[in-house]
Amino acid sequence: MAFLKASDLPAIPTYRVMDSDGHQVDKTRPAPDVTNEEVLTWYKNMLSVSVMDVVMFEAQRQGRLSFYMVSAGEEGITVGSAAALTPDDVVFAQYREAGVFQQRGFTLKNFMSQLFANANDTGRGRNMPVHYGQNYPRMHTISSPLATQIPQAAGAAYALKLQDLQNPNRDPRIVACYFGEGAASEGDFHAALNIAATRSCPVVFICRNNGYAISTPTLEQYRGDGIASRGVGYGIDTIRVDGNDVFAVNEAMKEARRLALSEGGRPVLIEAMSYRVSHHSTSDDSFAYRARVEVEDWKRRDNPIIRLRKWLENQGIWSEEQEKETRDEMRKAVLKEFGEAEQEKKPSLRDAFTDVYEEITEEQREQMAELKRILETYPDEYDLRPYKDGINGLD
Amino acid sequence: MAAPRLFRPTARLFSSRLASTALRSNLRQSACAPSILRRGYATENGTKEVTVRDALNEALAEELEANQKTFVLGEEVAQYNGAYKVTKGLLDRFGPKRVIDTPITEAGFCGLAVGSALAGLHPICEFMTFNFAMQAIDQIINSAAKTHYMSGGIQPCNITFRGPNGFAAGVAAQHSQDYSAWYGSIPGLKVVSPWSSEDAKGLLKAAIRDPNPVVVLENELMYGQSFPMSEAAQKNDFVVPIGKAKIERPGKDLTIVSVSRCVGQSLAAAAELKQKYGVDAEVINLRSIKPLDVETIIASLKKTGRLMVVESGYPMFGVASEILALSMEYGFDYLTAPAVRVTGAEVPTPYAAGLEAMAFPQNDTIVSQAAKLLRL
Repeated sequence: MAFLKASDLPAIPTYRVMDSDGHQVDKTRPAPDVTNEEVLTWYKNMLSVSVMDVVMFEAQRQGRLSFYMVSAGEEGITVGSAAALTPDDVVFAQYREAGVFQQRGFTLKNFMSQLFANANDTGRGRNMPVHYGQNYPRMHTISSPLATQIPQAAGAAYALKLQDLQNPNRDPRIVACYFGEGAASEGDFHAALNIAATRSCPVVFICRNNGYAISTPTLEQYRGDGIASRGVGYGIDTIRVDGNDVFAVNEAMKEARRLALSEGGRPVLIEAMSYRVSHHSTSDDSFAYRARVEVEDWKRRDNPIIRLRKWLENQGIWSEEQEKETRDEMRKAVLKEFGEAEQEKKPSLRDAFTDVYEEITEEQREQMAELKRILETYPDEYDLRPYKDGINGLD
Repeated sequence: MAAPRLFRPTARLFSSRLASTALRSNLRQSACAPSILRRGYATENGTKEVTVRDALNEALAEELEANQKTFVLGEEVAQYNGAYKVTKGLLDRFGPKRVIDTPITEAGFCGLAVGSALAGLHPICEFMTFNFAMQAIDQIINSAAKTHYMSGGIQPCNITFRGPNGFAAGVAAQHSQDYSAWYGSIPGLKVVSPWSSEDAKGLLKAAIRDPNPVVVLENELMYGQSFPMSEAAQKNDFVVPIGKAKIERPGKDLTIVSVSRCVGQSLAAAAELKQKYGVDAEVINLRSIKPLDVETIIASLKKTGRLMVVESGYPMFGVASEILALSMEYGFDYLTAPAVRVTGAEVPTPYAAGLEAMAFPQNDTIVSQAAKLLRL
């Protein structure tokens, strides 16, 4: 009789392409299969998200929006993985995936419109900040309660699989589902992986293991070999990658996508290791539970943006001047969109009533009519200029 | 999707609220007017100003001290002192065996707490907010609430579930719900919801001591509010009995029944009704959702002849609906006007601050509805 001892098993290795100095780890393999142009796009997308994060975090501190979450330290995971998706693929994210949105065409204007809940926000100003959503390329609106997106992703993948079987002419699609290592403690994670495996759903689960779930360090979150070991337990092809290495993430995601569509579809798990440089959210002060020096060390020692910058400089396609110029431009662009979004009109009055149900209910119709009557009766009492279409918004 | 005609007056609350407050920026008013509070307690000696947060903390510390079977568990309750700092200092005082940080698994740690209660311990299970307790509601309802009954009375489940309930500020649809009606509808559960610091301390201690599973619905917006706490309430033997309401303000013209944060708003509204119209409203702080103190409500209703219930849940099938039904069952002949309810609006809580304010009862909503009820 022999018990399998978790502590005797070798740790699952971490896939890396580039080291922390921006050099290829294995010199014998071919260089990453990406054009310089593409890598520069990734870099700029990562940079753009981080520039936006700094501005918006400060804006929250100034009271200009109620809440914000930065993704510092995790831009490599989000941008690198999203770059391996096709526009038809579907994303379910948690809340620290601004890089996925950025890489998939979400513009600064889109971000700012959501953050300031203005008339251009596709969510009609109804959600907390950073709860982005986009129709195409499809990224489901962020859901606040942890891990609810994971079983949904398995279900959506199953639906895509059936749709693609019925329509063999279209390119098959996958679902990419993002979550943190904390969310992987929720029952939903386990239910999702098991059902995705048994129903052979073409879904790639991407766990951003950033070391902290608000204040809970991974040491108290789990005891096994990270999240990756769980994938194996559910019979799912699994890889652990260095999340600060955008090439490793991208290559793993490309291969995961291929695997997910092979043999009639199956789930894949990627555990991407990183470090949450930022506070959990604007509601959190992480220096209450971890040393400032630990964070500063990580920032200095290893960071996906700095690592890619070193790689670009090693290739001779990036320079100090370009860096400065690009950062300045981005900051200006962010501030411009910020200012415009803040000035933009608020959603139409009608949006206070719509979408609770598909159809406007009888009560809501009456309420809208009454509101209109009151606003028309007392035009001097209510300033309707900040609202899109003013009084006509109620028609 | 049209609601029955019967409910039309409530459905219209939203629009009538707009009539008085619409789209102005000064919607946020303090939940409790300090002047009223001070008046109520001014004669008492040895009172101390205590925040609701500290009162809860005191209750936890005292019960942990008094009963070795109790322990606290939840997300970030130990090292981080709780997401809202209610468990501050407890880890240092009672150690990691009795103040336990858990992984982010509501269904998991709630089930674990229920299991430890079934094994004879008296766990205090904190949910970061009751919005997240939905992940674990099966454990609360199907296991905690029903096991005593299903075991033929041999298996008690002495557990306390606690955490913030109701809407907070700017946290939108998925973080802003009142679960009073949800838990209040379950046989086997007791449900309390404090307003003041005395309520908070006394009810939480009663909940921990009660042999049944008790759900303590706190309110995030109240944690930082200070209330005077009597000398008696500062002692470690202070408990507030579950199932007894408290008349916060006596009156003869109108009974306002309320719970949690809305009690403060109702008191402010009562003061305004007195000042504006000379009306004496009696304000009843329910304290306990289940069991419900029907006796106090009906006695007050018999005195005033008019009933209004103010709560922040959704309008339909709620705490207010239940009290209105009970008022007709037990006090119909004493009602001189149809009883009314002032509740949250029938809409997922909006993010926009202005709309959020309009989605829940405000002081002037209560005043205007009371004026309407009293035909003032």
